[in-house]
Amino acid sequence: MGLLSLSIWVPIAFGVVLLAFGRDEQATAVRWVALIGALCSFLLTLPLYSQFDNTTAAMQFVENLPWIERFNVNYHLGLDGISFWFVPLTAFITVIVVIAGWEVITERVNQYMGAFLILSGLMIGVFSALDGMLFYVFFEATLIPMYLIIGIWGGPNKIYAAFKFFLYTLLGSLLMLVALIYLYTQSGGSFDLAKWHALPLGETAQTLLFFAFFAAFAVKVPMWPVHTWLPDVHVEAPTGGSAVLAAIMLKLGAYGFLRFSMPIAPDAAHTWGSLMVGLSLVAVVYVGLVAMVQQDMKKLVAYSSVAHMGFVTLGFFIFNDLGVSGGLVQMIAHGFVSGAMFLSIGVLYDRVHSREISSYGGVVNTMPKFAAFGLFFAMANCGLPGTAGFVGEWMVILGAVKFNFWVGFASASALIFGAAYTLWMFKRVYLGPVVNDDVKALTDINAREFLMLALLAIAVLAMGLYPKPFTDVMDVSVAELLKHVAISKLN
Amino acid sequence: MIDTISWITVYPEITLMVMACAILLIDLGVKSPLRGLTYVLTMLTLAVVAVAEAHLAVAGQTYYGFGNMVVSDAMGNWLKCFAAIAVMVSLVYARPYAAHRDMLRGGELFTLNMLALLGMFVMISSNNLLLTYMGLELLTLSSYALVALRRDNVAATEAAMKYFVLGAMASGFLLYGMSMLYGATGTLDITQLFKSISSGQVRPDVLVFGLVFIVAGLAFKLGVVPFHMWIPDVYQGAPTAVTLMIGGAPKLAAFAICIRLLVEGLRPLASDWQQMLMVLSVGSLLIGNLAAIAQTNLKRMLAFSTISQMGFVLLGLMSGVVQGDAVTFAANAYSSAMFYVVTYVLTTLATFGVILLLSREGFESEEISDFAGLNQRSPLYAAVMATCAFSLAGIPPMVGFYAKLSVLQALVVSGETIYLGMAVFAVLMSLIGAFYYLRLVKVMYFDEPITATTVNAPADVRVVLSINGALVLILGLAPGGLMALCAASVRQMLGM
Repeated sequence: MGLLSLSIWVPIAFGVVLLAFGRDEQATAVRWVALIGALCSFLLTLPLYSQFDNTTAAMQFVENLPWIERFNVNYHLGLDGISFWFVPLTAFITVIVVIAGWEVITERVNQYMGAFLILSGLMIGVFSALDGMLFYVFFEATLIPMYLIIGIWGGPNKIYAAFKFFLYTLLGSLLMLVALIYLYTQSGGSFDLAKWHALPLGETAQTLLFFAFFAAFAVKVPMWPVHTWLPDVHVEAPTGGSAVLAAIMLKLGAYGFLRFSMPIAPDAAHTWGSLMVGLSLVAVVYVGLVAMVQQDMKKLVAYSSVAHMGFVTLGFFIFNDLGVSGGLVQMIAHGFVSGAMFLSIGVLYDRVHSREISSYGGVVNTMPKFAAFGLFFAMANCGLPGTAGFVGEWMVILGAVKFNFWVGFASASALIFGAAYTLWMFKRVYLGPVVNDDVKALTDINAREFLMLALLAIAVLAMGLYPKPFTDVMDVSVAELLKHVAISKLN
Repeated sequence: MIDTISWITVYPEITLMVMACAILLIDLGVKSPLRGLTYVLTMLTLAVVAVAEAHLAVAGQTYYGFGNMVVSDAMGNWLKCFAAIAVMVSLVYARPYAAHRDMLRGGELFTLNMLALLGMFVMISSNNLLLTYMGLELLTLSSYALVALRRDNVAATEAAMKYFVLGAMASGFLLYGMSMLYGATGTLDITQLFKSISSGQVRPDVLVFGLVFIVAGLAFKLGVVPFHMWIPDVYQGAPTAVTLMIGGAPKLAAFAICIRLLVEGLRPLASDWQQMLMVLSVGSLLIGNLAAIAQTNLKRMLAFSTISQMGFVLLGLMSGVVQGDAVTFAANAYSSAMFYVVTYVLTTLATFGVILLLSREGFESEEISDFAGLNQRSPLYAAVMATCAFSLAGIPPMVGFYAKLSVLQALVVSGETIYLGMAVFAVLMSLIGAFYYLRLVKVMYFDEPITATTVNAPADVRVVLSINGALVLILGLAPGGLMALCAASVRQMLGM
């Protein structure tokens, strides 16, 4: 079994073992097993980095075994510079989520931890699948644990949110399924992505495929105007669920654009690229404005996620290497920052049981350590230089200016909205005098919470100060992708 | 004079029949309330028969026996093997339930099930219209009796009445269609029928007239719209142990006679029956899924979901012949339909198994709300039920996804625009379907339980149910073997 397979199946195996655990009397054991499982799977992804050769755009760590021979479906895994970073990122966030749920989750602990570990393995599977059907299986299977996570441990309106999440994303994926089967027949019976990339396709076919994939990935990202499920789901999901959703699950969609839409239907991608840029700009500008008027902290961060993911798709569809690499860096950075934002909200929610901005004020007086982290992550969310948030946005804006000055101008001005809503929220929650007894009674974060936020803060800072390891891995693959996308498949 | 080949083709059937009669007699001396001896003997017989069928299927030979009356081929033998296993599994689940409801005063539950299985066997391996009809009647008559097994229960007797009247009508349709075919071609032999129709010497108007009645009869037996009205009533009214039986294995037999009659016998008329199947499947997908949403009774919901699932099977059946080309796509399409039916039966057994398990003495657990908080009462059974629900909804990695995938693939691969449209339609309908399956999961996992009692089950039920649920997942992780099996046997049946 290769390293990549281990990264996928070790967390799943731990998750299954956890499900077999008994009731909540064994909760302590369950937590430790979950932590060991998450750490194991994270440690397994580290050799991937040391062995990764970033001078080639070829797939690495390739494993290719026949899986369903009748349909010529293969268990075909591999990583290139585009997918590489999401594997350790997923495993890292899973460790954080296990730590975050340590004391907070007291009911059905084994199922909670098990669901997250299984979800982690499945998501790594999505990022490393090189076979269309394998990709689809992992992509869809992630819905099941997430549905249960939202529905079991969620807030008061959890059932509505769980259904909305499942059905919205399922609708998109089902249309993608038809597209996959169509490609299978067109390629003479193959689900191999590399073959699909080389497949000549007519204009109509490309357009239909592009929009079938758009249905799946745009909903997942989510792009405006199909983003409405995200705020509802974030508000109801438990803290860990929100963190994983924002940090990784949204990236599945953006990743799909790079792996499927652009290389398989390059002409359609160019034709409809301006539409995608337009939708991304709407997400960045309009949704940024929407975020500003939110009363609920989670909703605010959710809308801010939509806006930040708008930068990602904007970067992709301006078709230059700064834009695409910038989008990828932004995806990783957003993984750390949005994860941290949701976990911080979780810290407050666990104490006060409210996410309304108006229930807080002057938190800095009672929770100074926590407020320091809060300030740091707020700065990262605005894209302050020196934090992870800055690198990606800056690259995308540079790329956008190259593409068209006014697109670049519009996206850059949106940074102001990002700063406005983040800082305004920070001011209302943390600064000023203590407003009520709830805030007066707050206790500062304990060692566990400190550890979890510190790990994320280190990641954000490291990436902001020295993004070279991240971009180095991507460069060759991104250049190769753009070269491929630039060649028309017509005639 | 009966030759050896004839015996080879039917020896499992003969074993089954002899043992059914013997067990009927032996049962007279059994006193235990759970009919232990009868149960063990029945299980042994079914196991022997299943092994024998698997053995024949693996050998992979096609035999025609009794002057072409019966055929033994790999597809039929596998279907018979699966049907025998399905009946075994249903009996394991059904026994404690039946014992609590005074349905085991005699051993009829066992012998009627064996006779019904015999009927299925005859249907599956018949190569003659009359024999098909006899098998069908043997199956349905046993089923009517099974539904009425709780004779003092009003709902069950009403269901039996409905089932009988509508079933008899369907049989009448089928018989009428068969007589038309006989009148047109002068033969009851399915192989001869095919030859005679392909020769083009037969008047098409009589044939098509007969075909309409055949398809209507088959549609009744499969339970697809607009001949579906008996399904929800019978599923709901019958004792759950019997619902399990009529909702499981007979689907395999119904599929087999569709293949034998439509594909093996009437393939030259494919362009006619494909249109009918298309209408039937559109109706089934639409009405089955929409009506299932409104149900509060789980058995009724599953009944409507069955209707929509059978619509999917029809999609597979209808995509085999494209523009008069009966070779290129046939094996792929029919094997996808076969795979669909087999996995559907596997999943259905587990869902009804859990319903049976939760039904305690004097309390039928069949409202969806009865499943509230099952996860807290028994995580294992909730997991089995959830696995099945996701499978029926077609979410990977459960096996139901691959069933849907292979049918959709058969539609798309044909390259016909209308089939592509059907694929998109089917996909949208599965989205509606996902809603009510998800609701079942929601009730089990998100709602608070009404009672705190844990669920206890006899060891055999627990083991079989766990295996059954696990198989739904395991076959999803490794569907290749079963798919290859279906493809190989269908190819052999088509003579390719």
